[in-house]
Amino acid sequence: MTPRSSAMKDTSTGERAGVVAELEGRFGSEGFLTAAQYTKDEIPTIWIEKNRLRETLRYLQSEIPHPFPMLFDLSATDERLRRHHEGLPIGVFTVFYHLFSFDRNQSIRIKVPLKGEVLSLPSIVDLWPNADWYEREIYDMFGIGFDGHPFLRRLLMPPWWEGHPLRKDHPARGTEIGRFQFPPEKLVMTQEALQFKPEEWGLSRTHHDPDFDYMFINLGPAHTGTHGVLRLVTQLAGEEIINIVPDIGFHHRAQEKIAERQTWHTFIPYTDRVDYLQGVLNEMPYCLSVERLAGIDVPTRAQTIRVMMSEFYRLASHLVWYGTFAQDIGALSPVFYMFNDRERIHAITEAICGGRMHPNWFRIGGVAQDLPIGWDKLIHQFVDWFPSRLDQYERLVMDNPIFKERTVGIGAFSLEDAIAWGATGPMLRACGLPWDLRKVRPYSGYDQFDFEVPVASNGDCYDRAVVHVLEMRQSLRIIRQCLDSMPAGSYKSLDPLATPPLKERTMHDIETLIHHFVGVSWGPVLPPGEAEVPTESSKGQTSYYLTSDGAQVSYRTRIRTPSFAHIQMVPFMARGELLSDLLAVLGSVDYVLSDVDR
Amino acid sequence: MIDWSHTALTIVVILGGALTLAGLLIWVERRLLGIWQERYGPNRVGPGGLLQALADMIKMFTKEDWIPPFADKAVFVLTPAIVVITALMSFAVVPIAPGFVVADLNMGILFFLAMSSLAAYSVIIGGWASNSKFAFLGSLRAIAQLLSYEVFMGLSLMGAVLLAGSFNLSDIVEAQRHLWFVVPQFLGFLGFFMAGLAEAHRTPFDMPEAEAELVAGYHAEYSGMKFGMFFVGEYLSVIVLSAMIVILFFGGWHGPWLPPVVWFFLKTSGFIVLIFLIRATWPRVRFDQLLSFGWKVVMPLALINLLVTGGIVLARMGEGR
Repeated sequence: MTPRSSAMKDTSTGERAGVVAELEGRFGSEGFLTAAQYTKDEIPTIWIEKNRLRETLRYLQSEIPHPFPMLFDLSATDERLRRHHEGLPIGVFTVFYHLFSFDRNQSIRIKVPLKGEVLSLPSIVDLWPNADWYEREIYDMFGIGFDGHPFLRRLLMPPWWEGHPLRKDHPARGTEIGRFQFPPEKLVMTQEALQFKPEEWGLSRTHHDPDFDYMFINLGPAHTGTHGVLRLVTQLAGEEIINIVPDIGFHHRAQEKIAERQTWHTFIPYTDRVDYLQGVLNEMPYCLSVERLAGIDVPTRAQTIRVMMSEFYRLASHLVWYGTFAQDIGALSPVFYMFNDRERIHAITEAICGGRMHPNWFRIGGVAQDLPIGWDKLIHQFVDWFPSRLDQYERLVMDNPIFKERTVGIGAFSLEDAIAWGATGPMLRACGLPWDLRKVRPYSGYDQFDFEVPVASNGDCYDRAVVHVLEMRQSLRIIRQCLDSMPAGSYKSLDPLATPPLKERTMHDIETLIHHFVGVSWGPVLPPGEAEVPTESSKGQTSYYLTSDGAQVSYRTRIRTPSFAHIQMVPFMARGELLSDLLAVLGSVDYVLSDVDR
Repeated sequence: MIDWSHTALTIVVILGGALTLAGLLIWVERRLLGIWQERYGPNRVGPGGLLQALADMIKMFTKEDWIPPFADKAVFVLTPAIVVITALMSFAVVPIAPGFVVADLNMGILFFLAMSSLAAYSVIIGGWASNSKFAFLGSLRAIAQLLSYEVFMGLSLMGAVLLAGSFNLSDIVEAQRHLWFVVPQFLGFLGFFMAGLAEAHRTPFDMPEAEAELVAGYHAEYSGMKFGMFFVGEYLSVIVLSAMIVILFFGGWHGPWLPPVVWFFLKTSGFIVLIFLIRATWPRVRFDQLLSFGWKVVMPLALINLLVTGGIVLARMGEGR
């Protein structure tokens, strides 16, 4: 494997992606395009100047034939310590916009370098409503301003935090910032910072009727219905929801910062904790991106093991969603049945991976170990037993008239809204678009499997439930196929950048031993470059956008999670509904706070 | 002439029985829910966990008796008492067997309805006195709920009253010697059962305490024995509700072979378990859905039921003349 000598690709070869040519046709090549970058994931990546940003994005969003209607991701990179920039016009910071087109099944990345003294960009909140939180996150993490953003303030960090954590000069560990102290004044100050002041969010305390005040009620961060540390400040008129201001960041663990100090291998256990319900489904997009970056081919057996375990974790995650959703509607029992089933799944994952919720099972280039003896028997028992349980749940939950009464038509949105807000996964499929990355952009050998993509049409709470439930049957179907035709072969790639050499071999020659030692103690050095492979996780599309600067650690790891986009939609979905419906909406969204805050 | 010693003995037996039963039911419900939900439930204290309620009681009595500083103290303290008192008062008119009743009032049904309406006050003023938003929303829901079930609760009973020709509960039971009223008064039974569930704040009508969104609702601020009173009060009203269903629609103490008290006990237990089973199975409706269902569906049905029953009774009286 030889790293590419230049990140720039020759523009005259005609290999340029069509969309870049279209952009040049529209804006003229003179002074428009600063650079086109070659990335390992082959997503067209272009650099433009800040004053061109809004018109370019607007053109891509609506004017170009087969437009890019979804803002998939938006974040930034601190470029100040970058060594391998290969002639790219980097400045102090780079802000990147990842757009997605369903018509083309294609992504495009727009990068804007920030060079001057003033760190700011024009806001695009008016183009994409979901840019709101992404821009706030960039402001919070990098200190980059967005002109025209209505409420530009910190999102994940508390408002009194000093510094911008993802800047390279911000310390990563507690030991780097001196002794932690919490004097009484600070307690008072932090308490005051938590006080919600409606005026700051453009909300009125009083109704136009002078005898009538709105009620502001704090749901969370410690509340049974929010499934974790999520705070929803809800403005109520009676029980009708006028508006909601979500407050997130209570579960923030600086995953993206940690990724900049862990080696490529030792970050894998951290990915488990991004969405703690879906185990290896987090490891999948990370490992795929690393493998794309390093150009590693994964053996078929390893791919199939990955698919099988992914589907088990999808089942486990969906079961938690199923039970807690029913509980949000007020049904007491389902959650116990479903957690018992999940226990059976975790008995299998424990037998195979050794871990349950945090399996730490995928490795770069394969998986940690081969399947244990007797694995097929365990799984056989499960796949034979589980379908009848699903039938029971359907009678108990989905067919229940009260459940339908509570969920049909509640929290509904259209397909256009779903795309504008960056909704993916079951949230998107419940609106009628059969968009599943396992089908439309198969990875890890998903194209070899026979399964369907369930859809529903109304985009309400009930339809989201329908999609989830049908997906569980499809997961079971995929697991069965893995069981019936598990290929023979190696469970990991022998690429030197992948897992360390097999231990047996290290005992025979010194070269392998040295290689093993270096790979384990320092970690492999990945060639400079960028790669991102989005995958279909249990809740939507998850991706790890990795930037390597030719070191044993990542230069920048951007984690795009579905829950972040979905939680941002909650006020939009719940406005005008009743307080009880908010619980139905939250339950149907299927989010995990660790996945929101990262 | 009232036999005072007999009445006093009845009071002691019923009061002791009801309170013990309510404590026991806490364990029964938790065990049953456990079995239905593929888990054990409380099984550590005493044989099979039987003494769990006792252990809970010791815990509640010894807990700090906390009154939130923002609450309206006097009312806050008074409320839990109302719950238990009204529920226990209802037992006064419950005829368990012929002659086995504290007060054989000739307007027993009205007394029961009055007590159940008074109990609603505890929820309303309890939530109000707590002076917290969640409790407040809970009591608002309780009021909305009250407005929906109270109306048809009374109406659905009137069919049985018409058929028996009396407000006296013992007379109503006696009138079912040959045919239980559940057969001619099936609609009345359904309406009353539904209203009773709403009155006792049981699933699917437990909106005032909806743990998912209102985290215990009207009694969110109560702890220690004050909470315990709410808790026991709820089980007492479940017993009263089941007893009233049995008395009004399922022939009270009537039944072959076994003594009347046993029949009454068995039938009542059956309904108590049914109410637990409903809790284990069904989700919760929304309060506006209960309102519209109560006013648009159950209320007209109860009225039609009353009209038809009244017509039949009148026609029979005509024949008899």
